[in-house]
Amino acid sequence: MLARIGVASLEELFADVPASLRTRAELKLPPALDERALLRFFGAHAAENANVQTASSFLGGGAYHHFIPAAVDALASRGEFMTAYTPYQAEISQGTLQMIFEFQTLVCQLTGLEVANASLYDGASAVAEAALMAARLSRRTRIGVSAGLHPHWRAVLATYGEGIGIELVTLPLDAAGRTQTGALPDECAALVVQSPNFFGCIEDLAGAAKTAHAKGALAIAATAEALSLALLRSPGELGCDIACGEAQSFGLPLSFGGPYAGFLAAREKHVRQLPGRLIGESVDANGERAFVMTLTTREQHIRREKATSNICTNQGLCALRVTLWLALVGRRGIRRLAEQNVALAAYARRAFAKAGLRLPYSAPVFNEQTVEVPGLQARLARCRAQGVLAGVPLGRFAPEHANHLLVCTTEMTTRAQIDALVRELVA
Amino acid sequence: MTAPGRSGLVFREALLFESSRPGRAGVPIGDVDVPGVDPARELGADAVREDVPDFPELGELDVVRHFTRLSQWNYGIDSGFFPLGSCTMKYNPKVNEVVARLPGLAAVHPLAEEADVQGLLALACELEAALAEISGLDRVTLQPAAGAQGEFVGVRMIQAYHRARGDTARNKVIIPDTAHGTNPASAALNGLEVVELRSGGDGVVHPDALARLADSQTAALMLTNPNTLGLFESHVEKLAEVIHAAGGLVYLDGANMNALLGVAKPGHMGVDVMHFNLHKTFSTPHGGGGPGSGPVAVRNALAPFLPTPVIRREGDRYRLDDEFPHSIGRVHAWYGNAGIWLRALAYIRTLGAAGLAEVTSRAALNANYILESLRDVYDAPHARRVMHECVLTDRRQNEHGVTTADIAKRLMDYGYHPPTIYFPLVVAGALMIEPTECESQETLDGFIETMRTIAREAETEPALVTGAPSRPIVRRLDEVRAARKPRLRWTRSD
Repeated sequence: MLARIGVASLEELFADVPASLRTRAELKLPPALDERALLRFFGAHAAENANVQTASSFLGGGAYHHFIPAAVDALASRGEFMTAYTPYQAEISQGTLQMIFEFQTLVCQLTGLEVANASLYDGASAVAEAALMAARLSRRTRIGVSAGLHPHWRAVLATYGEGIGIELVTLPLDAAGRTQTGALPDECAALVVQSPNFFGCIEDLAGAAKTAHAKGALAIAATAEALSLALLRSPGELGCDIACGEAQSFGLPLSFGGPYAGFLAAREKHVRQLPGRLIGESVDANGERAFVMTLTTREQHIRREKATSNICTNQGLCALRVTLWLALVGRRGIRRLAEQNVALAAYARRAFAKAGLRLPYSAPVFNEQTVEVPGLQARLARCRAQGVLAGVPLGRFAPEHANHLLVCTTEMTTRAQIDALVRELVA
Repeated sequence: MTAPGRSGLVFREALLFESSRPGRAGVPIGDVDVPGVDPARELGADAVREDVPDFPELGELDVVRHFTRLSQWNYGIDSGFFPLGSCTMKYNPKVNEVVARLPGLAAVHPLAEEADVQGLLALACELEAALAEISGLDRVTLQPAAGAQGEFVGVRMIQAYHRARGDTARNKVIIPDTAHGTNPASAALNGLEVVELRSGGDGVVHPDALARLADSQTAALMLTNPNTLGLFESHVEKLAEVIHAAGGLVYLDGANMNALLGVAKPGHMGVDVMHFNLHKTFSTPHGGGGPGSGPVAVRNALAPFLPTPVIRREGDRYRLDDEFPHSIGRVHAWYGNAGIWLRALAYIRTLGAAGLAEVTSRAALNANYILESLRDVYDAPHARRVMHECVLTDRRQNEHGVTTADIAKRLMDYGYHPPTIYFPLVVAGALMIEPTECESQETLDGFIETMRTIAREAETEPALVTGAPSRPIVRRLDEVRAARKPRLRWTRSD
């Protein structure tokens, strides 16, 4: 091979790299490991983490432990999906393209909206992209944001908005734990409300949409617990213009926070301001139905600095897992899972109240709720000693929530686990 | 030599929604052990929806066949040679999938207490240290979810750096005409103006051209090195000097790091900030378009501006710190795509220093071998040697009415994934070929022979090329129709 190239050594291939830049010493990295040693190394580190399969976990707050059918892993592991590229070459990417078209349809069905993109990085970037989209549509720069929006999502929204002069105005929660949407200032591009919100409360999205529209703003519904969409009236039906959020609940392992899949859906009239990849239906030269990336003139590889977003990759493999999960669980299964989550939250709610724990918010909840626990830090330490991950202490996010614990119960939670948690929290 | 492509049995497969039958159930969902509730009573009748209309109802076997058939319409690295330029489609070792699925990694909640995630934080620190070593820079964040988000973060940190010095007038970013589209888009997302820098006739950027553009408004130069022509930006040290003299910083788009492992460190070239694409250089799966992972490395001078949180090591304990005042803020809900950066660490640990250096030499060997084996039949825009990828054009084939798009489609019939086409934009009809280090000489020879066959077909039977492909599940797509009347979802009336 060297002879054909016309060089005597591999070293000569790098002749264009100035000698002053050539690395002389080998990189300082740990020694190479074979598969046995590699699995031993990672296995040892894995053993140092608490995992929700062996612990009793009540952690939620934007990442949820749900049931994943075996077929999801089996099919998502197929090399033809996993090792394919972005479907620029449509003729040999029909599998990915049809799958994403199905993903887009499923997102539309769940959100009650008309168009959805091929996914975004995560729920946080989906909210940020939704807000930037509203700013482009309205040519306004102020965004009203509910105090119930996930604090990390709000932080990401602030980071994204800063560069182009977006100003965030916070709308407080009322005593029931719902957003006081009446506080929305004039001249806003959008009102962003998360439902169920970060504290677990189901919001009045219809009211939020009405308030937003009365002030000429778009209504953006954010969802961290996508399973709730199977049971709650959809953002589209309730009058929201954009729905966005995190689809992790649908078949994506917790995996310490990623990779997950953000989703974004909107009204058809706004499609040309929708960021990210879109798959459309067309025909091939024989007139057969086929799918292809479309409306790409919104995207960075065509429009460069005039694109609707800088996003290039979506979360293709995560979107595949979501599509697989939704197809395997199906119409009745997803309803059943959602109802089970409500039943478990109701059981926990009654158990907390019976044990004398105060529930600071009265609004209905889906599968997580805020509980006031006197002496919370000491209680959490006791729970940990018992192998119970008791929930998310909200004091981590704001000092005024110091004794508030966010407790999530999903279909993976048992009655015995809830009973034991309540005992530890009041004992 | 026989090309690997041939026809085989594939199946038609309707959309999930079309195969759906009322009442059919997929995986069974058993009972939970608490009393059932009526959601309408629990949540309020107004809050609850009736149903999700037209949601799929399929048996498990229906779903398994559906996705198995769909997968067979795809082409992946596991299927065959995938020389997609600037995308670094290298083999994704299977053991990395096993690593990412260990329950102690995959079933860990991002809000678990720090004491419960020490193993993960230690692994993150180890990867950060490895990337710092490879880049020759000081600090790394794993938070960005993809290369484009890494660019956004890096450029934002550059702005924060200037601002912290009271240098507030720097609102321009200089970007060569060979750059990826994400570079100008990321600059624009930060509210910056893009100034295009023309590369020279030899395919690289020249310091005097840069000096004419760099001034007191310049925030940064965004450079890709090697650039998208596969050429090392041989004046990079001088370019960095020019930018630094004007008060700006140098950003490196690390998409092409596969050409530099153990060869040269960006930090030594005067680069101040860079991002990695772990899904390219470090072999994490592309997944049909993501998820990626785009860590950012910086010099110490920019460390105060890293996104929150950062991982700090204190003795043998690790913690996530989000209390530092000059940070640009958070860019990801959690700490990046952990499941992806863990795979990248597994790759680095498997290869070690010598293995990584061999990656780069073999990648360069393969790219130059292809270039020298095809130069006599396809035009190459530059006479130079390349690093990890090469660019050819369709100029000679145009004389017979055959274009780059046709060549790409014909390659499919022969069983190859096409190269990147019509990019970089500065080369008319570009075919950008990146073979990666993973391929054997036999695979390269097969591809070369096929490319030569296609060049012959273009002269003798151009219709074979312009009419391609005929072997994949569908023929060429009507993209105009897709865009004119967009149908972006299935509906019952269809």
